[in-house]
Amino acid sequence: MRESITTDVVIVGAGPAGLFAVFELGLLDINAHLIDILPMPGGQCAELYPEKPIYDIPGFQKLSGQELVDALLRQIKPFHPSFHYGELVEALEVLGSAEAPSFRIRTSGGPSFECKAVIVAAGGGSFQPKKPPIAGIEAYEGTSVFYAVRKIEDFRGKHVVIVGGGDSALDWTLNLQPAAKHLTLVHRRDDFRAAPHSVKAMRELAAAGRIDLRLGQIAALTGEAGELSCVTLKDATGGSHEIPCQRLIPFFGLTMKLGPVAGWGLNLHENLVPVDAGTFETNVPGIFAIGDINHYPGKLKLILCGFHEGALAAQKVYHYVYPGKRLTFQYTTSSTSLQKKLGVT
Amino acid sequence: MVKITYIDSFGEARTIEAQEGATVMENAIRNAIPEITAECGGGCACATCHVYVGEKWVGRTGKASDQEEDMLDFAYKVQPNSRLSCQIKVTPDLDGLVVTTPDRQG
Repeated sequence: MRESITTDVVIVGAGPAGLFAVFELGLLDINAHLIDILPMPGGQCAELYPEKPIYDIPGFQKLSGQELVDALLRQIKPFHPSFHYGELVEALEVLGSAEAPSFRIRTSGGPSFECKAVIVAAGGGSFQPKKPPIAGIEAYEGTSVFYAVRKIEDFRGKHVVIVGGGDSALDWTLNLQPAAKHLTLVHRRDDFRAAPHSVKAMRELAAAGRIDLRLGQIAALTGEAGELSCVTLKDATGGSHEIPCQRLIPFFGLTMKLGPVAGWGLNLHENLVPVDAGTFETNVPGIFAIGDINHYPGKLKLILCGFHEGALAAQKVYHYVYPGKRLTFQYTTSSTSLQKKLGVT
Repeated sequence: MVKITYIDSFGEARTIEAQEGATVMENAIRNAIPEITAECGGGCACATCHVYVGEKWVGRTGKASDQEEDMLDFAYKVQPNSRLSCQIKVTPDLDGLVVTTPDRQG
């Protein structure tokens, strides 16, 4: 039985907007759990541009994506948020009424959640493996083509072809080689960006004839009924080569896809979630959307807008979490109760 | 004024007046050129602004940096004239540049 967690709010997405929402909710005594598909906090800031300087965070002339994430994590620490990484929110079910909504959230492999409000801060959607545009590849996905390795047993005794030159490709080359009947690593060039020690180990296996290293790109797949039998490799000079292949694992990095959000009953406008610009609530009472994923007149996809949206959303969330209770607006500079929550008095 | 022509994967050409100092990607986005996604916004971090540089121009646009080559590993149908358009700055020298976009950016 999977664990079931009851909390005030679930935030979908641990990018800058989701992280700062924890702060604004925390000031109002609202607890939050964050769920993210990535293995770390920060969203695009951490995944796409950790070292790239950002120049439009108010008060900071310049800071890098990772510096911003680290600063936000320090800022929200007093509120003890719980993070659930590497999980995709697969289903969101509305339980309560429009006046007193509650929600059940199911994740891909982790706990399920029951909460009173949901804040969707999913940016451009979830980061998912890129699929190479090889004709007919969909027919083999899940049976012969895999974008990640879950069980080594699926590859035991098989002709395995791994495509890529990064850490995932090299790590799985080294890990699957002993189990596979035969393993071929395909990369477009003879340079690998993976860690030098795994590149060295891979080259030793290739030199000893225990794996094949082939340079080129996969151009075609052959097989039937979801079972691959071989792939066609095109080399730099245009030559074609057939490689026996029962399992193909392409590693082409990650891309953002809206993913399951599309199935949550929210209105969508060109893959964005329309919201009320005063509360950032969606068409479903109790579900909010902040940051790059939302849409309203005048919307700008700026981190600073995501912060503003989180602050306003928290005000409305309060009424779902504490129905009938009056909310008095307070400043962190002067309110001793807020300062107590922040642990600064 | 520097002119750049973008040819899409269907063969349709669009010529724009490019802003010098900005990148070939930024000029594409500003002019609503299709088939250039630029998911990461120009950080050389996603390989979704992949273009093929016209053969005549390969010498002038220069070679991809190591970081760009690493990112090109994530692109599809990479050719010797493949570049990430966010890494090509527009200079007067590139007046008349022709780039072609692949049928998919990932």
